[in-house]
Amino acid sequence: MSIDTAPTVSATALDATSGAATRRAILHRLLMTLGPILIALIIAGCILLAVGVDPLAYYGYVLEKGLFSPLGIQQTLSRMAPLLFLAAGLIVAFRAGMWNLGGDGQFLLGAVAAAASAPVLIQFMPGWLALFCAFIIATIVAMIWSLVPALLRAYQGVNEIVTTLMMTFLGTSLANVLVKLVFRDPGTTVPQTRTLPVEDRLPRLFDTTITSGLVLGLITIIIVHLVMTRTAFGLKLRIVGANPRAAVHAGLNVSALTIAVFAISAGLAGLAGAVDIIGVQGNVRADWNPAYGLAVIPAVFLARMNGFAAIGFVFLLSVLSIGGESAARRLGVPNHFTLVLISIVLIVLALAEYVDHRYNQSRKA
Amino acid sequence: MALMSGSASSPVDKRDIVTLESVTKRFPGIVANDDIDLSIRPGEVHVLLGENGAGKSTLIGMLSGLQQPDEGRILVDGKPTQITSPRNALALGIGTVFQHMMLVPTLTVAENLLLGGPWWQTPKTEELAARVAEITSSLGITLKLSAKVSELSLGEQQQVEILRAMLRNSRLLILDESTSMLTPKGIDELGALMRRLVGQGLAVVFITHKLKEAVAFGDRISVLKLGKKVGEIPPERLRSLGEQEIIAEIVELMFGTQGADPEAATHPDHTASFAGAAPLLQVKDLAVAQTENAPGLSSISFDIRPGEILGIAGIDGNGQKQLAEALAGQRAVAGGSIWVDRTAIETLSVGARREIGLRYLTDDRLGEGTVGTFPVSINFFLKQVGAAPFWRNGVEQRGEIDARAAQLAREYDVRTPSLKTPVGRLSGGNIQKVLLARELAEGAKVVIFNKPTYGLDLANTLASRQRIRDTAARGLAVLLISTDLEELLSMCDRIAVIADGALVGTVDNVDDARTKVGRLMIGLAA
Repeated sequence: MSIDTAPTVSATALDATSGAATRRAILHRLLMTLGPILIALIIAGCILLAVGVDPLAYYGYVLEKGLFSPLGIQQTLSRMAPLLFLAAGLIVAFRAGMWNLGGDGQFLLGAVAAAASAPVLIQFMPGWLALFCAFIIATIVAMIWSLVPALLRAYQGVNEIVTTLMMTFLGTSLANVLVKLVFRDPGTTVPQTRTLPVEDRLPRLFDTTITSGLVLGLITIIIVHLVMTRTAFGLKLRIVGANPRAAVHAGLNVSALTIAVFAISAGLAGLAGAVDIIGVQGNVRADWNPAYGLAVIPAVFLARMNGFAAIGFVFLLSVLSIGGESAARRLGVPNHFTLVLISIVLIVLALAEYVDHRYNQSRKA
Repeated sequence: MALMSGSASSPVDKRDIVTLESVTKRFPGIVANDDIDLSIRPGEVHVLLGENGAGKSTLIGMLSGLQQPDEGRILVDGKPTQITSPRNALALGIGTVFQHMMLVPTLTVAENLLLGGPWWQTPKTEELAARVAEITSSLGITLKLSAKVSELSLGEQQQVEILRAMLRNSRLLILDESTSMLTPKGIDELGALMRRLVGQGLAVVFITHKLKEAVAFGDRISVLKLGKKVGEIPPERLRSLGEQEIIAEIVELMFGTQGADPEAATHPDHTASFAGAAPLLQVKDLAVAQTENAPGLSSISFDIRPGEILGIAGIDGNGQKQLAEALAGQRAVAGGSIWVDRTAIETLSVGARREIGLRYLTDDRLGEGTVGTFPVSINFFLKQVGAAPFWRNGVEQRGEIDARAAQLAREYDVRTPSLKTPVGRLSGGNIQKVLLARELAEGAKVVIFNKPTYGLDLANTLASRQRIRDTAARGLAVLLISTDLEELLSMCDRIAVIADGALVGTVDNVDDARTKVGRLMIGLAA
């Protein structure tokens, strides 16, 4: 026993120092994230001033609508549901070094599949089973849609950035055509799918308007995070992402893993679409394309593909987009100003990263 | 030593191009360079000799503007100067040829040489051709400007890099581990080229960890050890001593022990106890199709008994890597058969071959052997992801992994700040130890070593060779692929020579093996 204690003591001592280092690292990261966001808000404020809008009023409205008003915060939290699924899908892909930028096409096809199947299924089976089946169908449709880029990447080495982006154009158009020609609700003049009755949609949380999709999204992204960091499957994907040649050398079946990554990533994007339709929207209009997929990419990057951090950034994104829409309406700023704001945040964050890196270098040198 | 440095600073000497005065450079946890004085003069090949981690790369980093000294100063032409960036270094006339090639393989030689010119001007191709002709003729090398860099041999690529430095009017040329990728012939050519460069009044700093090259090519040798300069042999002394005496002196400086050339050792005979046993590895008529950038293999046949080391000699790029990859399952086989312990494996996957007991220790340690950004502990188990006891039901068992990793690190003497350190931050020797531990730890029957000591310092080279000998002594079959003939002669029982993707002959490693293998390598029958 006495022999055993000595190494244990030194091991805990080591852990303690590394614990302090970790805390310092987290603090540094928080500073490096929140500082630039503050600076970005100031820059965006200057732009608002230049076009004659009071920035404080704008930010006030954003916060009031996106965060502090009861209705606004409920909308914000509901908006998070599809974004969390999309973020989970991107985390899988990015950690495996595959740039699935086709999220929007996969999202819309999943949405249309769910919108088309849920109202029909609900007539044959219990509500929960119908919704579950609609989720499954949406997932499968999106997975199949990702098969082309997946096979091209796995067996021909074709760059998936190009193929997924091209497939997203096709996917949005196909979704549009499907709504107009195949799944159109004959009862309305607007081209849209049959509307799922509110009572059949995903239940709302307690007495609010927040969709329970939020809970599903949170569970999903946390599971994805744990799978990627704690399991053999996740490690295999990360090996493929970090060094594909090492993956071959270690005997991993890189082609099969590639296809799996695309299937999971696209499947989660399809689920995102289904959650938004079955939880909130109820139907798909032919021209509907919220482009969540592209909006989530920066959030996932800023979170460094960490699931927990991604939840935070997705929340921020939701506040900005819900609050921004309202503030834009009230102050006569173009609706796109939200995007301008988000892009300024991104650029400042990237600059801060660069400056931090240079500072570290020069401190070492 | 004090006497020598005293005479070095006397005014009679040629002026230094670059002088380092008490330069110190620290990184977290280590002092990479500790109070180093160095004078670099025109017309001299100044060899910096030292093991991995001795501080050679850091020193070069400071000379080429990549890093700044923490203490001390750098004088250029006698004036204290801050070398702030690689561009600044070039402007001062300091050109560096790094260990890893820095050319664009898809561009031609001329295009590579023109890179970095002012962007608003059309590249002056004729002017370039004229200047290149002038320089190459004076150096006695020939280079086709229109050739694609990817078509050139590594030696030729190096000449292009040297030429590029010359075109920028470099007065000081730094060659960082330039011989590690070259064939013996390429090394000799580089040596001759260095002589002509210093003949034209340039200064050359030549970094190496090979004693023989240092002695053969250097005018002045500085020996670094653990960040300190432990000695310098000036030109007068180099000329007055014989090669063996110098080597003995350097070994004394580096290791503090007098000894004969440690690179030469006699091979022990360990087959006796396994004589008569059935071969563990049998390869028959193995063929691999040629690809765009790799030679094919044709009718490769050999077998290795337990306890035996079969060497594969040959000039680099004759199919060694393809042979190793075909055996390991990383490269598709066009024909032939491979048996490990009487199981045919040629159709099995990489993982299945490993299960049977085949191990492949790659020469590309960071490129495919490890995931540089992953911790040391995970890299031990890169080929066992998902296997018990380190993963249960697919879930990582961190305790098991860390315990076993700590054990392996101890057994194989892996020196790392912690098991969580990214493996890419370790020195080459320690990365190799991680690979050795991973491949040799358990269940191995046949081990393929591809250039196991390439790029390692002397201590790690000797340690790796001992591991290989021990492996064979345990009764495993060992295939040792190496471009270092001395290594093969000191280790192997038999040596096969590969040329153009075929085995041209196999020689028993007895007295006249050196001549026979040499004759086979240059294309004569043994």
